[in-house]
Amino acid sequence: MKHSFRIAVLAGVAATFAASAARAQTPLKIGFVSSMSGPEGVIGRDLLDAFNLALKDKNNTMGGRPVQVVVGDDQVKPDVGRAVVDKMIDSDKVDLLTGINFSNVLLAVIKPILDSGKFYISPNAGPSQLAGKQCNPHLFSVGFQNDNNFEGLGKYMKEKGFKKIYFMAPNYPAGKDMLTGFKRYFGDAMQAEVFTAMGQLDYSAEIAQLRAAKPDAVVMFYPGGMGINFTKQYAQAGLMKDIPLYTGPGTVDQTTLGAIGDAAIGMYTGAMWSEFLDNPASKKFDADFEAAYKRIPSQYAAQGYDTGHVIQAAVDAVGGKIDDKAAFQKALENVKFDSVRGNFKFNTNHFPIQDYYLVQVEKDAKGRLVSALKQKIMSNLADAYVGDCQMPK
Amino acid sequence: MAETKATLAKADGAATRVFAPIVLLALLALAPTLSNAVDNPFLIRLFTRAVIFAMAAVALNVVLGYGGLVSLMHAGLAGIGAYAVAILAFHDYDGSKFVGIFPGTGNLAISIPLAMILAGLGAAITGVVSLRTSGAYFIMITLAFNQMLYYFFVALQKYGGDDGLQILGSLDFFGLDVSKRATFYYFALAALTVETAFFALLVESRFGIILRACAQNERRVVALGVPPLRYKVAAFAISGAAAGLAGAMWATGQQFVSPSDLSWVRSGDYIVMAVLGGMGLVWGPVLGAIVYVLLEAFLPAWTQFWQAPFGVVVILIVVFLRGGLLDLVGAKGARGNGGGRG
Amino acid sequence: MSPSLFVEQSLNGVQLGVMLFLMAAGLTLVFGIMNLINLAHGSLYMAGAFFAATVFQLTDSFTLAVLVAVPASALVGAFVEWAVLRRFYQRSHLDQVLVTFGLILVFNDVVRMIWGVVPVPLSPPDALSGPVHLFGGVEYPAFRLAILAVGALVALGLYIVVSHTRVGMWIRAGASDRPMASALGVDVELVFSLVFSAGAALAGLAGLMAGPITAVQVGMGEPILILALVVTVIGGIGSIRGAFVAALIIGIGDTFGRVLLPPALGSMVIFMLMAAILAWRPKGLFPVHG
Repeated sequence: MKHSFRIAVLAGVAATFAASAARAQTPLKIGFVSSMSGPEGVIGRDLLDAFNLALKDKNNTMGGRPVQVVVGDDQVKPDVGRAVVDKMIDSDKVDLLTGINFSNVLLAVIKPILDSGKFYISPNAGPSQLAGKQCNPHLFSVGFQNDNNFEGLGKYMKEKGFKKIYFMAPNYPAGKDMLTGFKRYFGDAMQAEVFTAMGQLDYSAEIAQLRAAKPDAVVMFYPGGMGINFTKQYAQAGLMKDIPLYTGPGTVDQTTLGAIGDAAIGMYTGAMWSEFLDNPASKKFDADFEAAYKRIPSQYAAQGYDTGHVIQAAVDAVGGKIDDKAAFQKALENVKFDSVRGNFKFNTNHFPIQDYYLVQVEKDAKGRLVSALKQKIMSNLADAYVGDCQMPK
Repeated sequence: MAETKATLAKADGAATRVFAPIVLLALLALAPTLSNAVDNPFLIRLFTRAVIFAMAAVALNVVLGYGGLVSLMHAGLAGIGAYAVAILAFHDYDGSKFVGIFPGTGNLAISIPLAMILAGLGAAITGVVSLRTSGAYFIMITLAFNQMLYYFFVALQKYGGDDGLQILGSLDFFGLDVSKRATFYYFALAALTVETAFFALLVESRFGIILRACAQNERRVVALGVPPLRYKVAAFAISGAAAGLAGAMWATGQQFVSPSDLSWVRSGDYIVMAVLGGMGLVWGPVLGAIVYVLLEAFLPAWTQFWQAPFGVVVILIVVFLRGGLLDLVGAKGARGNGGGRG
Repeated sequence: MSPSLFVEQSLNGVQLGVMLFLMAAGLTLVFGIMNLINLAHGSLYMAGAFFAATVFQLTDSFTLAVLVAVPASALVGAFVEWAVLRRFYQRSHLDQVLVTFGLILVFNDVVRMIWGVVPVPLSPPDALSGPVHLFGGVEYPAFRLAILAVGALVALGLYIVVSHTRVGMWIRAGASDRPMASALGVDVELVFSLVFSAGAALAGLAGLMAGPITAVQVGMGEPILILALVVTVIGGIGSIRGAFVAALIIGIGDTFGRVLLPPALGSMVIFMLMAAILAWRPKGLFPVHG
């Protein structure tokens, strides 16, 4: 007890020194709202850890201002997210916000954030309406638009000559977005489109139907725990060898691979990043992240890392004066930073134009499960909703 | 002698039944002033959340504290009210019509009463079925109805499905712009005051006495020639309509509603608020809602593992404060009348 | 639906039902005998899965995992009963719901502190990791067959214990008339502790059997808890036979509902079944108390 008290005092003293050193500049406060508790806490943790890692590159300063990250937990509940965001805007007086991983939370808070005049930089959630009709000068997405990963898969599988595709996803808007994206490049002729309940545990009935249908391939989108359940059960049904399994973001990556185990070997994912991507930024990220947190970064982590760098580069470009909103918006739109994805720029609707890859789960030299890079499946892909976006000047 | 005692008890009762809630509501009315004084606009938001939760918890407590009915579907009922307001606003904003017939509206003077009627109807219909059961069976059947409502709104893809529905247009109440946070706070507080006063009168009426009697000894009520089911269904419907009001206010304040507002866990939260505050008085849950919202807002700031201490707080309150927080302020009659807690 | 697919789906339904029965059996015993609603039953399920995962990781032996995890869950159950729940047998259902809800929060955070937020791995033993061929060309995951077998054995065992042994007689006596049972010299406190621990062991068993199929993560107990409560109530509180029948109804109903109905209705099937059954029989299918 005494010991920890002394540490607290020391930390306090250190903080005072740090503060006095930077007193010349008021700190830049960034509100980071994400899912930190419950089963989805792993996603918020990866996003935040990588975000903090990115900020360390310049000693937690941006545009000459010290950076203070205010962390909030949305518990995957839209109303809790709203309360946290309100607190950050009104009470903590943050300068800009980021962090949210789930679309339903983002949709609950985006209007109050933008109404308050703050910028929101999304590391992950990219629902279609925000890319289209409801696009906004102060809203940027560093992740992807929900359709994108599956557009890549659709194009690839059409080229490979797959005919009978069995599609499965939870019955919610992102699931529908993924199917829309897939069909946009594959065509409308699907063998089956199955939507299941959110959070479903047991897929035995669906897998039995699927086996009986004898598809060429299964394309599924089950983020988080659902993906773990589905993949384990798919493998136990002995289908992994017979019917290839394709999926999208957040389903089979470093946040779930440990739990799925060897059952996941052989699965394909359409992704915008892999830990094997050959560019200096990505290699540095891999090494730094593993050194700092003793684990392989997930795609979520890559997104959190890039989000940190996007904000850093834009704030640097305006010399820390983000109150000049027009200038900061311009700086974000033309942001130059070393993306771990290599090729990255914002479209006119502030969603990414980037490349997509096919990755496959393998074991690396150390016997760990990793997402090995197979091939590029899309270059410079923009989303389909940019035409609906009339960005207010 | 006996008479003096009775008068005393009555005066004491009046203090806790009438004056205490008036003081509490008056204190709540000071929240915006306090918020300005300490220059923290978030306090208004926090108290808005507390006031709306309080409306739902007060509504629940009429059947919980007075009727002894542990309902796990009040989040669902509030959700009906919330979606009514949001769907009408949706059609108002995009100029389309609900099921191709009814135009939308952003006028709360229309949508709030409608929200209450729909939620009340929902409660009446489900009440006819569920009130035939009792005890744990009642808890579970209301849970089932709550889940059905939840999945119903998840299935409404047009209105956002699982992602929820944003209210993009503007809402007003007879021209009163409720988008300003202080205005909306007073609006919600006024609604809570009206609701609490209404229920305070209701539970003291003949209707309320029969409801309490049903909870204590239903057989005796039947023997008196009163059909208990009819009274219980009526109470459940009224409680549901009030929950619908809370839901309507919720949607207005958040400008957003999603199925997660209807989860059964939220129903459980309302019970926690009612018990926390004290179920024996109509206004007890108001106290519970305030404490709940404060805990929820400030515990996570202390520790990442805030749910465990919160759980311990809940356990300790059940173990030591059997009349809820009302025990702490020494309010008489704080013990549940309804026999919900023995 | 072809005949072999129908058989396979029926097996799936029965397997889900058996799984739910493992959970519901403990719940209904505790509920029926001690008159205690234990929402933290799902936490014991979670505990079973986490214990098994840890032992399996350390020793690579599924058998050992079972041998450790089941008694460990029983111990956790016994501790919770002794430390907290014992005080609540005489209290109202509402108090019990609140206290055990508080326990869920505590359990979830404790597990998060020990094992972290990342789901932990637990795979079936190698011998059971693939599918087996059954009659008529039906291929079925071996581990699910194992669950079926374990569930059936437990059901049979419970039936024998409850209807043909002295302990069972006490249990039945306690369930239908507690004051009378204690007047007749049954050591009620001991029976309660035993029954609670046994229920916890069953929950732990269910958790470790579910582990290889589903994600072993914080909060995994809550969704299954809801289903187990549904089963308990439909069957009639305190009735093992009722729990078994109800578990099969729910398992089969849910399986076919998911396959045959549109998704929105599919997720409601269980709750519609429950509402309908309770509307028809307000005290469940096999009422124990008068």
